[in-house]
Amino acid sequence: MSAVTPTTSARSSSRMAALVDWIDARFPMTRFMKEHASEYYAPKNFNFWYYFGSLAMFVLVVQIVTGIFLTMNYKPSAAEAFASVEYIMRDVEWGWLIRYLHSTGASAFFIVVYLHMFRGLMYGSYKNPRELVWIFGMLIYLCLMAEAFFGYLLPWGNMSYWGAQVIVSLFGAIPGIGESLVEWIRGDYYISDITLNRFFALHVVALPFALVFLVIAHIFALHEVGSNNPDGVEIKKLKGPDGHPVDGIPFHPYYTVKDLVGLIVFLAFFLAVVFFAPEMGGYFLEHANFDPANPLQTPEHIAPVWHFTPFYAILRAVPDKLLGVVLMGAAVLAFFFVPWLDRSKVKSIRYRGWIFKTFLFSFAVSFVALGYLGLQPATPVYTNAARFFGVIYFAFFFLMPWYTKIDPTKPTPERVTYHAH
Amino acid sequence: MLIKKAVIALAVALTAPAAWSAAPGGDVIQRANTNVSNTASLQRGARNFVNYCSGCHSARYVRYSRLAEDLGLSEAQVIENLMFTGERVHDTIRSAIPEEDAARWFGVPPPDLSLIARSRSSDYVYSFLKSFYLDPSRPTGVNNLVLPGTSMPHVLWSLQGYQAAVYDGQSDAARNAVHKQFKGFELVEPGSLTPAQYDQFVLDTVNFLEYIAEPMALERRSLGMRVLAFLFVFFLLAWLLKKEYWKNVK
Amino acid sequence: MSAEEQVDGGRRHFLLVATTVTGLAGAGMAAVPFLASWKPSARAQALGAPVEQDISKMEAGAVLKVTWRGQAIFIVRRTPQMLETLDSPELLRQLRDPESKESEQPEYAQNTARALRPEYLVLIGVCTHLGCAPLSRLNPGDAELGADWPGGFYCPCHGSKFDVSGRVFKDVPAPTNLKIPPYRFLTDTVVQIGVDAEVA
Repeated sequence: MSAVTPTTSARSSSRMAALVDWIDARFPMTRFMKEHASEYYAPKNFNFWYYFGSLAMFVLVVQIVTGIFLTMNYKPSAAEAFASVEYIMRDVEWGWLIRYLHSTGASAFFIVVYLHMFRGLMYGSYKNPRELVWIFGMLIYLCLMAEAFFGYLLPWGNMSYWGAQVIVSLFGAIPGIGESLVEWIRGDYYISDITLNRFFALHVVALPFALVFLVIAHIFALHEVGSNNPDGVEIKKLKGPDGHPVDGIPFHPYYTVKDLVGLIVFLAFFLAVVFFAPEMGGYFLEHANFDPANPLQTPEHIAPVWHFTPFYAILRAVPDKLLGVVLMGAAVLAFFFVPWLDRSKVKSIRYRGWIFKTFLFSFAVSFVALGYLGLQPATPVYTNAARFFGVIYFAFFFLMPWYTKIDPTKPTPERVTYHAH
Repeated sequence: MLIKKAVIALAVALTAPAAWSAAPGGDVIQRANTNVSNTASLQRGARNFVNYCSGCHSARYVRYSRLAEDLGLSEAQVIENLMFTGERVHDTIRSAIPEEDAARWFGVPPPDLSLIARSRSSDYVYSFLKSFYLDPSRPTGVNNLVLPGTSMPHVLWSLQGYQAAVYDGQSDAARNAVHKQFKGFELVEPGSLTPAQYDQFVLDTVNFLEYIAEPMALERRSLGMRVLAFLFVFFLLAWLLKKEYWKNVK
Repeated sequence: MSAEEQVDGGRRHFLLVATTVTGLAGAGMAAVPFLASWKPSARAQALGAPVEQDISKMEAGAVLKVTWRGQAIFIVRRTPQMLETLDSPELLRQLRDPESKESEQPEYAQNTARALRPEYLVLIGVCTHLGCAPLSRLNPGDAELGADWPGGFYCPCHGSKFDVSGRVFKDVPAPTNLKIPPYRFLTDTVVQIGVDAEVA
């Protein structure tokens, strides 16, 4: 093909078509739109669990846009941060709405992402050839946790301060380098203005860049191999005379239109919280954080924000500080290994046996239970319960190579199960 | 389907409000029937606040001009009735006491009250203002059941009068102790208001504090209704559109 | 195309348009808070609120400087001699815009004295060339500016000259007369800068 191709638009010779051709000769716009939307064939049997990927992307955009506008008025100094948040809430026109969107969005992000991850566990979306999709996803989750942690210090409320104090000091448990590491993270001998300013830079610049890059990588990795589905069937194995998977449909318009409905339903819940219950009983906006940071007065009980509490419960359940930190880290990192821990030939829970279903169900229950326990004070009863659920949690991962092998699976279908809707 | 139901049930259960951290003695905290849409109550509460509270407590995020807007008062009315110390109508509510002096006199500077209703809850503040009782062992001569050892004097004594705390004693011979169970308060010296009037006074004040903690609360709820209404219409159209396209999918 | 499919196409098109329009309307409404958040906040409005100044202690010929909305405001109590010079043909010949047709001032300041009350001149002390702060040189004859200097304001940055009403001279870099802010007298001795006087 010559470098300069005359316009060969088969449709009308309208100006729009000519413009598109001009761009396409210089930039892969149409090719990109086809490859990733109008000719990206996705399985036609996506169900409820498949909304959460696009919802996660939407929430990311909400956080970035509201975050930018918050940054326009927020002051990242210990002296001014708390007051600047109240300035945004009261003096900046519509500032309160931008703030509530951002604070609710943070919690919504985790709800959506946890459901998204659970879908992956249910349908084996992490299995060959999608291991990298899963790895990128886990890296996104790690960045998300860091992003939320750094962001939570910024309002400089009393819970912000003490939460950061506790979590940063965990690193002190590492033998030898622990204390210096903690000092290095803080940039000071205590959580101070210096720490606040650097957490601000990480939260507003560094991690958003990392997140966006990882999300793009995640989607590219997915599109490279094609999406999984609730039946675990590889749709590319059966192609029709037109060369497209018989069980596939182009993402655009079918899933763009379907995801729009999903988005609106999500927005109804999300905005209901924003407008009617932004504090969510103290879970989304913690009561103690309406007091400015006070190094001389700890809140009655310091708990991390709800989305970290499963891991916090595991940390507290272990009597030894260093081992607790290690197990807490292991609880997160275990997810990375799932593609290789799972020895079953069967992808989807629909065709797995009772053993796998029991373990997955117990894992989900444990995760929620640990989350609840992480919010409570560490009484002996609660600590023992956390140990109990912690064992189940780790068993899900550590025993996986064994139980997925012995699990009595059912025969997997060649075609997806689909009912018109 | 079952899993979906379980997830939704879980979501609903988790949205139940978290318990406010209980003060010592759970029933010490009484319910305050606040209502920030009651403008008359807010106006009375504003008057109460500037007359009795702002001498020591600032509300540094609250502008007088905003009070005018939200409480249905003209700027002139605000200046005449709510402002005494030569501030300007756009200024924020500052207390008269310099912070270092306050810290010296009370041990801890009287906290700013802009957000007290959100950090402690309206119920807590309501109960606090009603729970002062005589205690000769304290430098102020009073103590408070909701915040034992408070260094705040009973500022509203002239309105409420003074109450004594009544305990049910249970002697424990084995430990040579008496276990005191709080029974209630007894008014030993009446103030200028009857108990019912005092309750109303405190309620108005707490109502005002709840309002200043989140002045846009009413606006956000009314806007929320309209947003959800819009989303409902949008949902119907999008759903029909989806159904229309998905007819092609067999 | 069967008749059935035609109807489908019409319905599909209608739904697509209706949904898109609603979606765009929603997006537009969602954009409003973000755009509106750029308007001056309550704090900016508070800081930019009108400024009152007591002028009872001003001596004749004195210049008081106050700040309003981040700008230097000069209040000048002019002497009768200063006011006399304002009409002189000699002076008017030297001015670029003696009737203040090109310059920015409230209605009530579009006169020779460029003021509500001639005795008090209120102007924005920002040179209309590139924004420097002009110096007040109210008295005629000046060591630096020469014996011909009728009195007024002189900008040290690029040499622009203005008379005792802030009107700009010809042959200087500044293009227009000094600006007059909105102002009014609250009482005989208090001037408020930032609010226009009501002129009957």
